[in-house]
Amino acid sequence: MDRRVTVGDIAKELECEVVAGKSCLDNEVSFGYSSDLLSDVMAGAGPGDVWVTVQVHQNIIAVASLTGISAIIVAGGAAPADETVLRANEEGIPLLTTAKPSFEVAGRLYSMGIRGRVKT
Amino acid sequence: MRLEFPVAGRDFQAAGGAAQKIKRTLRQIGIDAETARRVGIVAYEAEMNIVIHAFSGKVGVDILPERINVFAYDQGPGIADIDLAMQVGYSTAPEDIKEMGFGAGLGLPNMKRYSDNLVIESEVGCGTSIRAVINLPTKEGS
Repeated sequence: MDRRVTVGDIAKELECEVVAGKSCLDNEVSFGYSSDLLSDVMAGAGPGDVWVTVQVHQNIIAVASLTGISAIIVAGGAAPADETVLRANEEGIPLLTTAKPSFEVAGRLYSMGIRGRVKT
Repeated sequence: MRLEFPVAGRDFQAAGGAAQKIKRTLRQIGIDAETARRVGIVAYEAEMNIVIHAFSGKVGVDILPERINVFAYDQGPGIADIDLAMQVGYSTAPEDIKEMGFGAGLGLPNMKRYSDNLVIESEVGCGTSIRAVINLPTKEGS
């Protein structure tokens, strides 16, 4: 493709609600990662990834910030805690929500050309 | 240069904050992104282990010309069998913590994976101390 997919592209394509980090929708997305185990994300995700999870507590923002993730998609209709939204805005991490389950979200992302990060 | 932060057991509000401050400071003083990321991951896992398992502790880094040493020590239950604790998937975290996505038995393996050397010392009923070394890339650009 001519240009990298951005977080804004994903929000539009998947009809996600952007609940935090609205000023960072131009973040480019490199790869995708789907997991609900935080240490697994720490080990497997990398800079620029879009992360699909059903976890909603505030620690997901610390994980995203430390790994350099460009956006979190909270799947399955879960609502992020207020503190999570606050932290996401502080850290400048776009937080997207959708009623679609994780599998569906990952499939849609794949259709947009986003691939999984190959572990080294 | 040393950075050191207190970590309180069971404080999931502040959890991860020390690792974030460490990573941010490393970037501000010009440490490369990949090294800062590795240090951040090791410090995060060390910090979370204190939050999940211990009463209180400290996590920090010593920034040296060729490497960064991550250290953590706690007052807590200690680790009875360190070899077992190093195994992927082995966890003694309580169920409510696991539901939050912690305690997957990946913390110590992650620390080993992202550091160049990892030393764990522990005394049951007393506490645990961890030292990890992350070498800085050589000037030639390793």
